[in-house]
Amino acid sequence: MSVLLVAEHNNKELKPFTLNAVTAASQMDTDLHAVIIGNNCGDAAKKLSELPLVKKVIQVEAAHYENFVAENFAPVIVKLAENYSHVVCSANTFGKNLMPRIAASLDTSQVSDIVKVISADTFLRPIYAGNAFATVKSKDPKKCITIRPTSFDPCESSGGSAPIEKAEPSEEFNNTKFVKREEIKSDRPELGTARVVVSGGRGMQSGDNFKLITSVADKLNAAIGASRAAVDAGYISNDHQVGQTGKVVVPDLYIAIGISGAIQHLAGMKESKVIVAINKDGEAPIFSVADYGLEADLFEAVPQFIEELNKLNTIQK
Amino acid sequence: MKILVAVKRVIDYNVQVRVKEDNTGVVTENVKMSTNPPDDNAIEEAVKIKESGKATEVVAVSVGEEKAQETVRKALAVGADRGILIKADGILEPLAVSKLLQKIVEKEKPDLVFMGKQAIDDDCNQTGQMLSSLLNWPQATFASKIEIKDKKLEVTREIDEGLETIEINIPAIVTCDLRLNEPRYASLPNIMKAKKKPIEQINASDLGVDTSPRIEQIKVEEPPKRKAGIKVKSVAELVQKLKNEAKVI
Repeated sequence: MSVLLVAEHNNKELKPFTLNAVTAASQMDTDLHAVIIGNNCGDAAKKLSELPLVKKVIQVEAAHYENFVAENFAPVIVKLAENYSHVVCSANTFGKNLMPRIAASLDTSQVSDIVKVISADTFLRPIYAGNAFATVKSKDPKKCITIRPTSFDPCESSGGSAPIEKAEPSEEFNNTKFVKREEIKSDRPELGTARVVVSGGRGMQSGDNFKLITSVADKLNAAIGASRAAVDAGYISNDHQVGQTGKVVVPDLYIAIGISGAIQHLAGMKESKVIVAINKDGEAPIFSVADYGLEADLFEAVPQFIEELNKLNTIQK
Repeated sequence: MKILVAVKRVIDYNVQVRVKEDNTGVVTENVKMSTNPPDDNAIEEAVKIKESGKATEVVAVSVGEEKAQETVRKALAVGADRGILIKADGILEPLAVSKLLQKIVEKEKPDLVFMGKQAIDDDCNQTGQMLSSLLNWPQATFASKIEIKDKKLEVTREIDEGLETIEINIPAIVTCDLRLNEPRYASLPNIMKAKKKPIEQINASDLGVDTSPRIEQIKVEEPPKRKAGIKVKSVAELVQKLKNEAKVI
């Protein structure tokens, strides 16, 4: 029995959550191999080989793997899966798009978005937006598992030297063509891994007012999050969305400003260590999960909050 | 062009879900049920395409117990032309659902299959991708914009890093994001008209698909409760607590 992890990368570097997925995969079986599929992805393959938990790296390269199209990736992994008991990757948009395509080809019922490995075939996963947790046992001979990256610690990233083997690419799938990707670049910590997240909701009232969120985030070196309502209203782009169908975040500190706390939003942040809510509606559901709630008009409270944080900085200096 | 739209009946998204005391599942008795929210976007998009003259027929299909007929009926009320209900009881995993849908696709021969990107009950996010794998069709998941260009679709996808655009040849599968459109409400006259639209009923067992679960659900539990928090009176108190009590700033 051995586990095949599908690495997520950008052809140059590994995506940070690959390290979390390695941790999860290693808990299913320690005989862990990782496959990296891409175009000119040698540097990322080398980084993968340096993870001490990875025993072997399989590198598959072709021009049609440049943009991570699932229809191109799945056949390679299905073929490699002959030699493995588990295929694992992160339950982010990369893995969500890819894994079911692999699972259906293998006639396996996939287990999605697990938060805990109980044994090699038994896993814990949230259902109903995290309002319930199911313990499930996969009876399929081959298991296809996606893992919730924030529920596992990243693995050690250096010191290993696994052999890198090349494997043959599969043919290109001609009915899907990548056109473009619009990535929003930022100097801030990534939302998924940031220690502090400051989020705004519909209560911000405009995209312009999101400057207040930015100012707080600047002070705390935080990532910026948002509720679906704020994204839908056009205050901020979709990559900031926290919730059931957005990103799941587990920071040390989550500050929800002008967010009422719909079930779907809570699903994305309620595992945060410390939650602060600032909202003028004292009955807002966000207060039910907040460690510290401040019932106040955010347009008064947030500038004061920034001022208090400035004072702290001055004292620390 | 013909569009098949798959819709699922789930616990309404506003209901606070409760776990059964015997830990065998969640309470569904006397609980409001609705169409899975992104499936509403899938129906809306199909109906809009038909209204624009680019599609000739929209067929809604659901898999589940007898009552899932209500979900199909709702799709008919917002503009689908006819419905199909594949009757099956018990837990249906996405793999089984996608195999049943494959049978319907083979029979109906649609050009496009739309559905929501994820069901809000089991949160699996698998069925569309599995169906496209079984059919070896292109897939456009998490779609927030669809443009039809002759025999191709240009689809904008919501991905973690931002947005991605792909071009796929028809026939294809699209799984819809909530941001794709604003689903309409069914008007009363249309609800009445929908009652006359046909819904074909098929037993899952007649389609030759083994739907028995491959995953054993051992138990379902409540999430760990957060300890009750406090309300602070001022910003100064908040900052003081965060610094000295929680020690996070």
